[in-house]
Amino acid sequence: MHNKVDFSQFPDQRGHFGRYGGRFVAETLMEALHELDEAWQNYRNDPEFLAELDADSAHYVGRPTPLYHAEHWSQRLGGAQIYLKREDLNHTGAHKINNTIGQALLAKRMGKTRLIAETGAGQHGVASATVAARLGMECVVYMGAEDIQRQALNVYRMRLLGATVQPVTSGSRTLKDALNEALRDWVANVDDTFYMIGTVAGPHPYPLMVREFQAVIGREAREQMLTDYGCLPDALVACVGGGSNAIGLFHPFLNDAEVVMYGVEAAGSGIETGHHAATLCAGRPGVLHGNRTYLLNDADGQIIETHSVSAGLDYPGVGPEHAWLKDMGRAHYVAVTDDEALRGFHDLTRIEGIIPALESSHALAYVTKLAPTMGPDQSIVVNLSGRGDKDIYTVARLEGIQL
Amino acid sequence: MNRITRRFQELSRTGRKALIPYITAGDPRPELTVPMLHTLVAAGADIIELGVPFSDPMADGPVIQKACERALTHGMSLRGVLSLVREFRQTDSETPLVLMGYLNPVESLGYDAFVAGARDAGVDGVLTVDLPPEEAAELAEPLKAAGIATIFLLAPTSSRERICHTAELAQGYLYYVSLKGVTGSAAINVAEVAEKLAMIRTCTDLPVGVGFGIKDPPTAAAVAKVADAVVVGSTLVAKMAELADDPERMRHEVAQLVAAMRQAMDQA
Repeated sequence: MHNKVDFSQFPDQRGHFGRYGGRFVAETLMEALHELDEAWQNYRNDPEFLAELDADSAHYVGRPTPLYHAEHWSQRLGGAQIYLKREDLNHTGAHKINNTIGQALLAKRMGKTRLIAETGAGQHGVASATVAARLGMECVVYMGAEDIQRQALNVYRMRLLGATVQPVTSGSRTLKDALNEALRDWVANVDDTFYMIGTVAGPHPYPLMVREFQAVIGREAREQMLTDYGCLPDALVACVGGGSNAIGLFHPFLNDAEVVMYGVEAAGSGIETGHHAATLCAGRPGVLHGNRTYLLNDADGQIIETHSVSAGLDYPGVGPEHAWLKDMGRAHYVAVTDDEALRGFHDLTRIEGIIPALESSHALAYVTKLAPTMGPDQSIVVNLSGRGDKDIYTVARLEGIQL
Repeated sequence: MNRITRRFQELSRTGRKALIPYITAGDPRPELTVPMLHTLVAAGADIIELGVPFSDPMADGPVIQKACERALTHGMSLRGVLSLVREFRQTDSETPLVLMGYLNPVESLGYDAFVAGARDAGVDGVLTVDLPPEEAAELAEPLKAAGIATIFLLAPTSSRERICHTAELAQGYLYYVSLKGVTGSAAINVAEVAEKLAMIRTCTDLPVGVGFGIKDPPTAAAVAKVADAVVVGSTLVAKMAELADDPERMRHEVAQLVAAMRQAMDQA
């Protein structure tokens, strides 16, 4: 059925991917979203805007990122050839900056002087603080009080960059609550403030806009495969929290029906334990943070707390486009546990000399299962969405080592 | 006729404005909610907005966020709210009750089950904060068929075109959010509110209530001069939180506050 869908035509004008997406916010935000949507529609194909974005991507972020053939690891696994899309080599160490440089350019054109953002692990917060520093804009990052404890390094990085890190003590004191608090700030300061959402969730146009800024990942990977190896990959693998690095890789390949896609969620201690963040694998549709999508919620529709070794995947929702791709079967969603992800982390570090982020390690862990089921003439592109320096303390602690 | 419409007609005949207190169901404890509803009626409430607690109340300030957390800690749920409404209706068949909350608990229960449950319990209106008119048809139509009003928010930033479109879908009354911010924010500017209300009235004959930022009797009185209804939430919820351990005193002081607002509005 999905062979007939032209994926470039979604979402529709009101932000719907089938029954997912949309704009479920209080009236107090509707005008701000209209204003944002108008500006986005105005600039998304504007040659000057795109030229500035391309120049920043090249000279500030460091794009294009390499597509690296992980030969040693491929050989060890004894199956498909594995190619790593090296988003870890971007400035600030992850794919998040692809989105923040884009949104910041838009904010500047809209005449906004204040940037706000939510962050979980701190990667999007750092990417936001970075572009704010560069453009001389005020920056406030909302971060759950729990996460501030877990991610001291990134908190300090944001403060060095001049951002105010605002602890969020409501609810479960994690990423979802930080998002609530950022929305509350936006409602109250809508005249001068631009809200930079860090993932492909939130009310329309965010899932579309963030996807467009992240799709550079898949566009480059597709061209690199065709140029360097003369074929498309057989499979794509990326981790999914909110889902921005995954949609960024997947989207330019969606109309290539022969390319199989796997989004890898965080199974935490195991889905059966209830301590996980595997929204698509174990959740059901609902409405949160401005869009209809899969959610982890209890029988009464209250959002429940998630658990993952990787703070960046610790989110009870997921981008609505992923929900839609799951239902139609265009992409497959799987989950790997904390332990499996940690093994992926060590494998890549020791075999290829690349320390991956714990988020990306979930994708790597699934590759260790997938690659051996495929032949050596087949290929997998896996999104290495971030580098693991930020996770060193977490890994050391889990192994009983004090740094 | 829906109880909300009937109540506004009665008020209009006597030249009075509606006082609409808000409390969160189950806060501070579920067994205190129904007695508090009766207390509010006795103190002069014309309509009551009963908050359905949600884990992620995006449009609410700290006072109502904490009320939601307290209610959820005590196991309150949308089903639980409906049984509180049923209990209230055993002794009060006149006072209109409006459920105010967020969409996900309703999605989780299912629209059909929710509408049937709300109708059977005696709910008169539903205000779903994160359900703007663009997305509302799927819920508003069955509600209307069940005789329940769908109540929409309007904001200082809403354009006239939007207001008129929203008014076409709305029933019962329109709820004008008096400031850019969340519930319980800084005090409102009555002159600005009056200006916006005049514009809203060029679109609709529905009564218009004003809420967010009304903290004391003088403000309630000032707003009552320009609006059809005055909604008071965070101030009452904060008082309830403060006196949660002394339910008698809590009811007494909340009743005093509501009565003072009633009196100020009626003299305005």
